[in-house]
This record gives sequence, structure tokens and C-alpha cells, in this order.
Amino acid sequence: MTPVSQETQHQSKKQGVKDESKTVQKKAQETSSAAPPDSRSAELLIGIPGSRDGVKKIQRNVPADEPPQLPPNSELKVIGKRVPRYDGALKVSGAAKYPSDIHLPGMLYARFVNATVPHAKIISVDTSAAEKHPGVKAVHVLQDVLGQAELQDKAKEVPSRYPIVRYAGQPIAAVAATTPAGALEAARLVKVQYEPKPFVVERAKAREPNAPLVFPGPAAEKATAGGGGGASDVPQKGNVRGPNRGRHDAGPKGDVEKGFAGSAAIVEAEYRTQVQTHSALETHGLVADWKPDGLTVYASTQGTMSVRDELAEIFNLPKTKVRVFTEYMGGGFGAKFGASNPGAVAAHLSKKAGAPVRMFCDRKEEQWGTGNRPDAHMYVKAGASKDGTLQALKWISYGTAGVGTGAGSAGPAQNMYDCPNLLVEEYDVFTNAGPGAAMRAPGHPQGVFGLEQTIDALAEKVGMDVLEFMDKNDRSPERREERRIGAEKFGWAQKRRKPNSDPGPVKRGVGVAQAVWYRINSMDSGCEVRIHQDGSVEALSAVQDIGGGIKTVIAEIVAEELGLQPRDITVRVGDTSMPPGPPSGGSMTTTSITPAVRNAAFKAKGRFVKEVASAWRVPAASLRVADGNVSSDSGKSVSFKQAAGAMKTETVSATAMRSPEYGKRDMIFLGGVQFAEVAVDTETGVIRVERVVAVHDCGRPMNILGLESQVNGGILQAISYALFEDRRLDQNTGIMVNPNMEEYKIIGAKDMPQIEVHFIEDYLARSSTDAGGIGEPAKIPGAAAVANAVYNATGVRMYELPMTPARVLTALGKVKQGGIA
Amino acid sequence: MSKHKSSPPDNSHGFSRRSFLKGAGVAATGTAVLNSGLLGQASETHSNVIGPDATSIALNINGSVKHVPVEPRTTLAEALRHELHLTGTKIVCDRGSCSACTVMLDGMPVNSCTTFALDAVDRKITTIEGLGDPEHLHPLQAAFVEHDGMQCGYCTPGMVMSCAALLERNPNPAAADVQQAISGNICRCGTYPKVVEAVLATARSRKGA
Ligand code: FES
Ligand code: FES
Repeated sequence: MTPVSQETQHQSKKQGVKDESKTVQKKAQETSSAAPPDSRSAELLIGIPGSRDGVKKIQRNVPADEPPQLPPNSELKVIGKRVPRYDGALKVSGAAKYPSDIHLPGMLYARFVNATVPHAKIISVDTSAAEKHPGVKAVHVLQDVLGQAELQDKAKEVPSRYPIVRYAGQPIAAVAATTPAGALEAARLVKVQYEPKPFVVERAKAREPNAPLVFPGPAAEKATAGGGGGASDVPQKGNVRGPNRGRHDAGPKGDVEKGFAGSAAIVEAEYRTQVQTHSALETHGLVADWKPDGLTVYASTQGTMSVRDELAEIFNLPKTKVRVFTEYMGGGFGAKFGASNPGAVAAHLSKKAGAPVRMFCDRKEEQWGTGNRPDAHMYVKAGASKDGTLQALKWISYGTAGVGTGAGSAGPAQNMYDCPNLLVEEYDVFTNAGPGAAMRAPGHPQGVFGLEQTIDALAEKVGMDVLEFMDKNDRSPERREERRIGAEKFGWAQKRRKPNSDPGPVKRGVGVAQAVWYRINSMDSGCEVRIHQDGSVEALSAVQDIGGGIKTVIAEIVAEELGLQPRDITVRVGDTSMPPGPPSGGSMTTTSITPAVRNAAFKAKGRFVKEVASAWRVPAASLRVADGNVSSDSGKSVSFKQAAGAMKTETVSATAMRSPEYGKRDMIFLGGVQFAEVAVDTETGVIRVERVVAVHDCGRPMNILGLESQVNGGILQAISYALFEDRRLDQNTGIMVNPNMEEYKIIGAKDMPQIEVHFIEDYLARSSTDAGGIGEPAKIPGAAAVANAVYNATGVRMYELPMTPARVLTALGKVKQGGIA
Repeated sequence: MSKHKSSPPDNSHGFSRRSFLKGAGVAATGTAVLNSGLLGQASETHSNVIGPDATSIALNINGSVKHVPVEPRTTLAEALRHELHLTGTKIVCDRGSCSACTVMLDGMPVNSCTTFALDAVDRKITTIEGLGDPEHLHPLQAAFVEHDGMQCGYCTPGMVMSCAALLERNPNPAAADVQQAISGNICRCGTYPKVVEAVLATARSRKGA
């Protein structure tokens, strides 16, 4: 819980947020704590309205040209209200054109040829039959496979003309043809000859001393935009890479053994979580249009700029010659940062064919190799004194990100509770499986599944209510307030009974779990605001809207600043020819871009007012822009539109970047608390989640409607993770057995609980909007809250996800161990 | 390979006599032809086989007739997206397990990814574009906007179509009916609660009207 700066500089290929805590660590050195010379001291509001400590004023240095701090949301007209989605009408009518909907004249359709074995040297790739297939215009054999770890010392492997196949489904080649069916037929005609190697797909087996080696020496993942992973500079032995002992400042402290010796209560257990795939509805892909004067792509991405940068680097083009459009995109959840394999291949094919190429993965390919949340096997030991003060916490975890890295899970253990003695060790285990990628709060749903069950058990052991135990050991003012509000809304005091209180076969119980996340922001966040003579206003940025609703929030901010309504603002985003935008990952979009938008709107307003004042021959200071009007102290008042007509030139415009967070360069956290009520049928083993109450913080809430949607999404994804989802690989063939959407089970509408979402306002005096993100924290606590509720219902703890009926019956002793997969 | 737009659009039966089924393809595509009642039509033009090359068929989509070149294997979803550029209908799983491709055939919601285009001949096809456009939203679509029944929006067209079909057959659904109606519509972003709200609100406002 100690200082780390959270600002990131945009650097080519460093945008990935696969392991947020690592990203944060790397960036810590890049910012200085010196206040800019042209700063002013401002009195700023700080605190949580309605909380124990309330709000107060503090003095902080802010850059001289920053706009004044916004008042609390209750005093604003647009921000923090329920604003319908900017592009809602286009989305519900099918008019929104997603990258996968783009159709360019002469466009070709491309398909991959994928490895059918999990580990092999490729002897030959024969594309001759495919090339002759009618309609085929280009064939490309991959020289590099993106988005996975690489062997550091190439001399350790027998030289190979083609990339080594390290997981079943790895792309090998691709063809482009005039029709989708033609491309598929041609792809099937490509003949690949393999020299198979021994393989291992299970984490536990891969750790054994004589396990087949996924890499014949140390391997690391390049920090690619596609989500480069684990910590660098950690040792590797066989398939096991580690230990990583945590961030330099939140890593080991004290002496855990002494801490345990001084503990009155100790709990110790092992927890396991499964591999979860992102399963965004729109698969990875893009349309690439290679022209002599540059490359244009329409990409389904969370980072327009990282796609641009990756393509510029691969094809040795200046960034100005690659233009990326992402007007809409159908979900990412962390796996869609760089151009990745489909992007690079589409560009190669387009260049060869001299025609635009559409390359989108099919569902199988999406499941095999475009990213996943690594699994985890966590050993957790915690001790507390009689009065419930945490004394020691030990965390050792192994996880596999397949042929990728970044399977750590100790973030919550390091950052949630105060604990004087802490030891963490994280190990990555390579397996012949598709690479992991950042997935909505990397490492944290796993870590919280272990940590919050540990806290629940420890509180019970010292005889305390778990909320009281949390109050004692958790210093976050946000979570304190969230526990208070949540307990009241949920009815915790009435509902929380002793474990296994229901006598019948269906047992009800309640549980609680918390989130910890980090307020990360990208300094590469810019916006241009233009006011035109006809009174129309537009805001422009390269930032993309991945479904979180940033377009709506941008419209709100500009409207608030100019005294207009969100519908009066045209928002143009998802185009790299506009001012830079942050990647949408790590809950950083809102934190990053909103201050840039406000700063630009504030500056543009200043210029606009100057123009109007000079036309009206009054001092600029005598004008006010509010409620759709421009008025002067002299009593003149006209509509915004009319006032704009007085401007000398067509447009006034201002571009602004985000300023660094105000105040000390310390780590700022995001919290969140979720309460769950479940019914467990002890005869069938079926768990039903009946109700969830969630209370979250995200700095200044910008749009309650959109925030509710995101929290709903986090909760549903977490329940899906808790009960259903499980990527399964066949250990005899190394092939995924459920690369689809029916056997890879995703929560449906009939499984959803009643959900209630609340937000606190958390003014931090850190930026000109003070807004933070919500995507990750919303996803973190759900599975743990459900597991704690299952324990409360049955008196039996679930140590492994997903909590399938078979596992529940086994835990209840109704089915023999080993009777489950 | 298909040679698109090779058939005159005014072909009265919507078929080209140029192409013939060969070999093993007969059995599979024959089923599609029989099911769609096309065999009779085709034989009138002295050809009882179609495919494997593209053949122009007439589809009644959103109230107007469109001539589309399709192969026997072409799904309705592919015809809509690739040939007619009606891309509101999404292909997500392409095997009937997510409902993102839902359209209405004679008012019934179907997965267009598991419906052959040939089987949609002589039926009334309604796609999301036919329900309402951004300037003239169907009340259900407007309720989706008001209640934020979408996030990334990729499942949304299918979701809207399933709900519109529900309201057609049951103007007064309970929450559980909505959940049942969209139980096949997978949304990765987690919009189910707000979708249910939007549908119930639509039903309420219709009753009030
Ligand atoms: S795309 Fe048709 S059901 Fe999934
Ligand atoms: S809104 Fe994204 S999948 Fe439903």
C-alpha cells in the first residue's frame, strides 16, 4: 500500500496492460515528482461526501493553465447524471459499422492455416494448391508469431525455417480470396509437414522435473502492445519462471514466520482457479487496406495507437503512414491491444494482393490463441492476533499463461490489507497452450478468490464478523464507506447467519468480498475541441470506445463546460489522425482522457468568448457561457448558436493533453465491495446466485447509467467465472475441446441474479475531472463473494473454480473425490 | 467459385440454369432445396438442380425484394452480411449457440447462421435494419437506448430481435419471460439486466398508450 506513480508515457510497444501491477512498476521511474514551474497553488475539494470523514479543502499545486476544479456532482448539470449512450441509436438499429462490418470495394477475405499439433518443428509448408485455387489472390506464411513469449537464446533450439509450433491452433499461414468460402477452401489446401515434439498442457505436469520443455531455455515475452506479460529478470528452471517477489515497494516486508508465531489464529489453504477466455463477441481482426501512400486499417481494438505503432514497426513505416479507425468494436476485455497476428497478416496479404483484406478470426481461433486469463494455484497462509489484527500473510502462486507470461495473482495480497509481515512468490509455468493476455483486472479475480476466502475464514476463527475484521485491517476510506452502505442496502446484519443454518436440502447463505485496483493513467491522452460558426461543437481524439461509453462521457464534459447538452456535441473518436488517445485497459480510459477533454473544452471556450467579446465590443470577462446561452454583464443574452455566428473565422479550436495527476506521485487505489446471496441445492450441487449488491468508487462518477452497465458486466462475468467457464485442453492431443460458445459456457440471462449497484463520490483532487475507471474493480470480487456465500450456506468451503455441481457435491462429501474431471 | 451477379435479376424464378450439382454435394443441398420448396420452381425452368456455383435468388427482406447470388451452402447470415451489406445481423459463433445473428422469418426469431439462404425464399425476412432506423427507432429500440441495454453493442441487434419477437407473441411479459426469450442470446458485456428493464418498460408504455 505504498507509493508508486501510476502515470504511463506512451512508448511504442509499451501499451499493453497484461499485468497492471508490473506496468505500474515499470513506469514508476519515468515520472518526476517536481512540480512544473508554471504552476499555481489551488484550494481543492477532497473526500467522500456523506462518509465518516466527509469532504474538506486542501491546498495543491496544479499547472497554471488548468481549469478550476469542478464542484461536486450535485452542483453540475450533466456530469454524473444518467446520460443515454451517445451512439445508442446506431447500435440498436444495426447501423453502427463495426470493423468486421466494413466492406471496401474489391475487398478480399482471409483465413488462417492453424497448427493441428501442440508442439512441433515445421518441416515444410506447401501452399501451391492453395495458390491455384480459384479466387485466391495472396498467400502468406508467417515468419513471426506475435503475442507470446520467445526463447531468449535462439541457439538453444535447432534452427528452423518457420516459427516453432508451441500450441495447437497457432497460426502458420494465411490465404486471401475473393469470397469467405473460397478462402476457407484454399486454407484447407495448404499442406504442413510437422516434426512433432513432446508437449505438456497441464500446469501441474509442466512443473515436474522431467516434463517436456515448452521452451528449451529461458523465455520472455516482449512487451508488445498485444499484452506482454510477466516481470522481467526472473530466473527460469524447466518450464517454471520465478519467483517474482512482487513490486519493489509492495513486496516482501517484515518476517512472516515471526508474524505467524505471534498469531492467535492461523488459516492455511490452497485455492485453484481455471483458465478463462475473453470471448468477446467480435473476434480479433481487422480490414487492412495497403496503398502506395500508406496503410489504412479498420481494427477491432482497445488501442488504436498501439495497433498503429505495431504495424508501423513491422512494416518499417513512419507512424504518419498508418491510420487506424475504430469507430465501434465488439468487446475486448484486455485481449485486443496490438495489431496481433490477424492484423500483421492482413497487412501482408493486402500488400501482396494490392487489395483490401478482411481478416477476422473464427470462433475456434479466437478461443485457441487470442488470449485468456491464466489459471492459478495459490497457497495462502494468514495469521491474526486475538483482536483480529492481521499479523502475517504468505502467498505462493503458480499459474500458466500457456506460451505467454503474466500469471501472477498476488496483487490483492500486497495491496488490499495492512499487514506487517508479508511474503509473496509468483511463478509462471509454461505449457503448450494459447498465450494468456491481460483480462479485466489481470491476476486480481484469482487473487481475491484466495485472499477474501482466507479473510472470511480468519475472521470466523477469531470470532469476528468479517466486515468488522475488514474495518480493522483495511485502511481504504473508500471501502470503509462502501462496506457501510453495502451492508445496509444488502441487509447484512439480518441475513448473515451461522454457516449451514438452513435445515433443508436447499441452503441459503451470504458472503462479501472486496476489490483493489489502481488508478492508472496514460499521459498520451489528448483531445481537440472545435466550435464552429454555426454553433456546432465537436470533440476529437484517437481514443476508442470499447463499450464502456467514453464517447458519451466526452460529450458530457464538453457540454458541461460550454453550457450545452450532450446531444449538442459531435464526438469523433477511434482515428489515429486525431490527438492521441489512451489504450482502453486497466480501467484507464476515463481517468486518462477526461481531463484532456475538459482542458481542451475550457481552452476552446476561452477563445470562443474572446471572439464573441470582441464582436460585441465588451470585455471577455463580462461574458458567461451557460444554459445554452452567452450573456454579458450588460444584460445582452443570445443563444450559443447565435453567439457563434459572431465569430470572425469559421472555427475556434483548442487541443489539450492531460496534465500529470496533481499532488504527490503516490499510488492511488480504486476499491469496491460486493455482497452476494446464494442458494445451494445440496442434492444436485447447483448454486444459484440470487442477489448481488455492489458499491463502487471511481473518483468522480461521470455517467451513472453507463457505470451501472459496466458494474453489471463485471458481476455477470465474475459469476460466469465462478460457476461455468473453463477452458479445457485434451491432455492426450493438446487440443482445446471446447473452442466454441456452447461447451465453453458463458452465463446467460436465466442465470443472472438480481443486481443492485451503488456508487460513492470520491473527490481526490487529482485532475481537472477527477474521474476514474470502473471496468476492472467491477470484475474482481464477484467470484470470491459467491464462494464466501456458498460457505455461509453450507459450512463447506469451495477451493476450486468453477464451482460446478460435481465439485459442490464432492466438497459436500456426496460424491467421492476423483469422481470429477 | 462463385461468379456473382451472373444471373439476370429479372429471372422470374430467381434461378440460373447454368449451374448443376455434381457428385456428393447432391444429397446435402438437395435437402435444402426440398425444404424450401424450391425444387418445384427449379424444375419449371427445366433444371432440377442448383449449385454448387452461385445462383440468384429473390429474398423478401424488410418489405422489399432483393436478388442475391447464393450457393446452396450460403447461410442467410452470410447472404445478408456479405452480399447485401446488411451488417446489423452479426455472425459470432456461426453454429447456433449465441443468437447474435437472430432475424425474423415470418415473425419467428431464427438464427440466420444456421438457416440456408435458400430456405428463406418465399418467407418474410425481418432484420434489425427493418425494425427501425436511427431516426425512426422502434419503441423497443428506443427503450434499449434509454435503459442502456447495450455496451459494446455487438450482441445488441440479436438481442433486440429476440425481444421484439417476444413482444409480438406476448405483449405483456414478466421478467422471467424476457429472460427465457433471451436465454440463447449471449452477451459478454453483461447487459442482461438492462435488456430486461428495457423490454418491460416497452410493454408498460404500450399498455399505457
Ligand atoms: S452466430 Fe448464429 S447463433 Fe451464433
Ligand atoms: S453488449 Fe457487448 S456483447 Fe452484449
